[in-house]
Parts: sequence; structure tokens; C-alpha cells
Amino acid sequence: MSRLAAKFAELKASGRKALIPFITAGDPYPEFTVPMLHEMVKAGADVIELGVPFSDPMADGPVIQRASERALAHHVGLRKVLTMAMEFRKTDQTTPLVLMGYLNPIEIMGYEGFANAVQRADVDGVLTVDLPPEESEDCVKLLRERGIDQIFLLAPNTTPDRIRKMHEVGSGYLYYVSLKGVTGAGHLDTADVQDKLQMIKSNTDLPVGVGFGVKDAETARTIAAIADGVVVGSALISKVEANLDDPEQAKREIIELLKSMRQAMDH
Amino acid sequence: MTDTYPLGDKYDMPDARGHFGPYGGIFVAETLMPAITELNLAYQRYIKDPDFIAELDADLRDYVGRPSPLYHAQRWSQHLGGAQIYLKREDLNHTGAHKVNNTVGQALLAKRMGKTRIIAETGAGQHGVATATVAARLGLECVVYMGAVDVARQALNVYRMKLLGATVVPVESGSKTLKDALNEALRDWVTNIDNTFYIIGTVAGPHPYPAMVRDFQAVIGREARRQCLEQAGKLPDALVACVGGGSNAIGLFYPFIDDLGVKMYGVEAAGDGIATGRHSAPLSAGRPGVLHGNRTYLMADDDGEIIETHSISAGLDYPGVGPEHAWLKDIGRAEYPNITDEEALQGFHALTKMEGIIPALESSHAMAYTMKLAPTMRKDQVIVVNLSGRGDKDMHTIMQREGISL
Repeated sequence: MSRLAAKFAELKASGRKALIPFITAGDPYPEFTVPMLHEMVKAGADVIELGVPFSDPMADGPVIQRASERALAHHVGLRKVLTMAMEFRKTDQTTPLVLMGYLNPIEIMGYEGFANAVQRADVDGVLTVDLPPEESEDCVKLLRERGIDQIFLLAPNTTPDRIRKMHEVGSGYLYYVSLKGVTGAGHLDTADVQDKLQMIKSNTDLPVGVGFGVKDAETARTIAAIADGVVVGSALISKVEANLDDPEQAKREIIELLKSMRQAMDH
Repeated sequence: MTDTYPLGDKYDMPDARGHFGPYGGIFVAETLMPAITELNLAYQRYIKDPDFIAELDADLRDYVGRPSPLYHAQRWSQHLGGAQIYLKREDLNHTGAHKVNNTVGQALLAKRMGKTRIIAETGAGQHGVATATVAARLGLECVVYMGAVDVARQALNVYRMKLLGATVVPVESGSKTLKDALNEALRDWVTNIDNTFYIIGTVAGPHPYPAMVRDFQAVIGREARRQCLEQAGKLPDALVACVGGGSNAIGLFYPFIDDLGVKMYGVEAAGDGIATGRHSAPLSAGRPGVLHGNRTYLMADDDGEIIETHSISAGLDYPGVGPEHAWLKDIGRAEYPNITDEEALQGFHALTKMEGIIPALESSHAMAYTMKLAPTMRKDQVIVVNLSGRGDKDMHTIMQREGISL
């Protein structure tokens, strides 16, 4: 069983929901990232999504775009992110780690080279924003052979037949993007998310994490009541951005926010 | 890859999911999939609908001013001393470039689909102007995304768009040029998917855009083929067009693809020279990857990050190229030479002085390559060059470059 499958099984058995923070690797500077990942685990993260900076993040809002630009200014690209993942694993062999990014860096590395590198870094899952299931066959095959999960995005307007397609090719969990739009936009309509989750669950038994619009303990609690996992990204990166002159302060605020979410989700 | 498409068979790319061999396809975030599917279904339906085609043809004739002339540039041909040069006068279209052929088509489609809001990206501003124009005519809201760098160097077109009632949004992210404008337009589209139609201006983007934009631009090649047969009494020996994303080139090439005796040259922008790295020539010096929804040749570094491009012409300043051009290159059906900024300026001045026609800087790349090609050919041979746009918008850039002030 993959680390992701094991983690979701363990959470289910204990009646808890996954807290899944996302940060962009290399933001605001490369040495910030790995210690931050460990701190997030201590604060209650169950799974970590690590963003791979990309020059053209088409599906991201301004907050994550700027995080990418800050990381790229330090030349943090896919190869560097893989070394960060490897470093994280040296002292944490249990927390599932998912790389989230865009397809072009993987295309340039080559699918096989990428799959081998991900395996060497002991990364558990890959979420490629602009790789829909229809185009994913070659990449998924190589990842699956190495026990790595390919995670797919679901949108509010995703049709049932596409959900079943993702159920076939995807594994680990599915990431439901609860809003139309880019990351960091708008706010959440709980009743609507609940309806959609019901439809999703009738088409797949994979765990479903919900993101886009999770900002604080309250929204985390609301989502945890109806989904298998809560993804929080832009709210964390906003802390980095608000404290560029004092990254340690950013770290403290991120930890505080995650702890408050953890507590709200568990009680 | 020549084995997968035996030249001489009838060309019928792309496949149902938009693939030109390994290129093209649909590489978008899930949030965009339903919109892409809706667009594809509407496109497949209306492109075969006689009423739609009749309305499109009428608009192209009465609003755009088609057919555009094919003009025998006799003085220039004689001066170069080789092949006879014929110019396909897309510069004479309403709004001054080939871009309007496509925006008229997509706007009619938007209307049929009941969309009330139009968005577009633009580089040189020609596509933005062509989009704002059709939006004004149909009474649709129009938002145009334009890199902040391009806003500065194409001020005249920005003003034209504003006059036409469009909102021009300067894009400050990334390299602040065409690719970033495309990113921002895609972000707008996912956010406003229900009422918004995204008019992409070139043969890039996810399927069906590369095929759809080609089909709307193919009127250029269909006319040129007929006009060349009428005027020169035979098919051309060579076609020349500039390639940024490649919409004017594919529009000219497409109706000739099965005419294997017709050579096709798509001219990329070499900027300061390929060797300097400061260029916009992915087919000459890039590699295959995925950007903006399709697989194609790109300018990317070893981490897969997109490299900043350079060209004197904003319309060619793009790190990718339409996937069909990638395919035509791989199978050897078309060749993709390149022309530097300096050479393009020579082409600009040559056409202006020899024929009294001021070409756009984009089209000047095609003119400059024609100056190299024509003298290598016989006087009874024929080159059709796509004069894709007029140069009025570039006066400021050229004056600046040549140190002239009024």
C-alpha cells in the first residue's frame, strides 16, 4: 500500500480528516523549505503538497504566481525541488509528500527520467495541473510501475464520466477544486460543495481533498465535516508574502494557522 | 517521423483529440475542460452548418473586404532578379492585418453559443484590435489582456482598442509579453466560464483552437491558390510567411499541403541572432514541451521553465509555435528558416521603397526571407508571400530603432 493510501486508511479508522498544506518550494528562499515542511508535520499536517515553481502558472492566482516568481529568482526548478524532497525524507519517512506543478518541466526531463527521479526522492504522489486523464496514460504508467500515485483535480463542472475516468487512472486521492477560477480566489459555498461531493462519491471511492477557498480554522472545520481532506495553499503563502523581511515570523504564523485548523478539524 | 504521414496522401490532421502526430492535444487544468468540450462541440457543429458559413462568408466579403488582392510585385521581382513575387495583401483587410479573418469567425461562434463577453490576448495589438472591432460590432463586452511591455511599445493599438470600447488590461506578471497575456486570459476564462468566449488569436492553445483558427485563416490560402492560377497560370513554386504562433502562415499553407510541388517556408524571428539566445525561434532552436494547452516546440531551459524571448516585432515575440507547424517541420513538409531584427528592417525598407507598401514588422520577416530566396530561383518561378499586416502600428518602434524623432 502506498504511503498515501495507508495515511487515508489510518485517518478513516480514527475518524479524522487529512490536513493537506501546500507551499511553493524555494519561496521565499531555498533554505526555508525543508525546515518548514518538518514544522508543518509537527503542526498537524497529514500530507504535504510541495509546489514546483513554473514560469507560466496558468491555473494559479496572483499569490501563488508571485511565490513561483520568488522561487525562480533563486533558480529553484524541478531538479532542485527533487533534492529538497530527498532531504525531507532523510528525517521523515512517514509523511506522504506530493509534488504539485505543471507538465512542461516533466516533459523536458522526460517521463521516464522524471519517474525514476521521483522514486529516488521517495516522493509519494504527483499532481500535474495541466495533465488531464486523457493525455496522462504514458506518464501514469511509468509512475504506477514505481508505486507513485497520480493525483487528479476535479472541478465543480467536472462530469460524472470524467470522474470515473480519473478514478481509473488516478490513485492516492482526488483534489476537488471547490471554486471556478484560479487558486486563492473567492470564498466557499458549503452547501454547494456538499452536493458536489455527494455526486463525486457516487462515482469513486478514492478519498477526496477539497481546496480553493480554505482560509482559516472555520473554513477548515466546515470542509472537514464533509470531505476526506482539507487543502490549504494561498492562505499559507500569503503569510510568507506578508513577512518577506522576516521569514521566521512567516514560519510562526503558518504553524499557528495550521495548528488552529488541526484543532478545529479534530473537535 | 516521416513514416507516419506518407506525403502524397490526403492530409487530414488533426485527429479527434487535436493531435498533429505527437503535438497539439488538450493540456489544460480540469477547470477548463468543460469549456473546451463545449467549444469543440459548437465548433464541429457550426463549421458544417450552411447558415453559419453563409454568414461568415458575407462578413468576410462586406465587413473585412475579402477577397484580398494577390499583387504581382513586378519592380521588386525585377530588382531581385529571380522568381516572380506575388504579395497576398492581408494588410488591406479591415483593421490592417490577417487577424480579423479569425476574430470574425470566432465572434460569430460566440454569438451562436450565447456568450455575452469576449476576452482575448494580444502581442502586437493586431489581434486585440481585431477582437475589439468584432466585439463592438456585435455589442459584446470585450476585455483584452496585453503584456505591460507590449502596452508600452504598441501604444497606438492600445488606443485603438480603447476607442472601440474594449478594456485593455496590462499584464505585469512573468516577462510581461504575449505569453503572460495568454496566461492571464486563461485565468479570466476559468473564472468566468459561463458567459465568456475566449478568442485566441493564433494557432496555439488547447484543441480545438489550433484547428479552428487555421480553418478560419485558410481563406488566405484558398484565395491565393485560385488567384495564382488565374494570374500566373500555375500554382506557386514557394510560399513564404512569418511565424510567431503561426496563424497567417498556416492560413496560407493549409490549402497547399497536398500540392507537394509547392515549397513552404515559415520564417521565424531570430531577434539579435540565434547564437545570442535573444530570439523567438522555437522551431529553429527550441525543443518539444507543453505550454498553453498544447505540445509543441518551445523555448525552455533545462528545468522546463519558459525562456524569455526577443524580437523587434511584438507579434512574433512568443516562446511557442502552433503544433501543426511543429508537425509540418518534423515530417519535412515545410521549412522554418529565421530572420534577424536587422534583416527584417532591411525587408521593411525594401518593400516600402520598391513597391510603395509599408509592411508590418512581423511581415517584414517574410519580406527579408523572400529577398534571400527569390534570387536563387528562376524568373519563370513564382513565390507567394503573405503580407500579413500593414506597418502603421510600427512607426514608433522603427523611429526609435533608427534614432529618428519628429
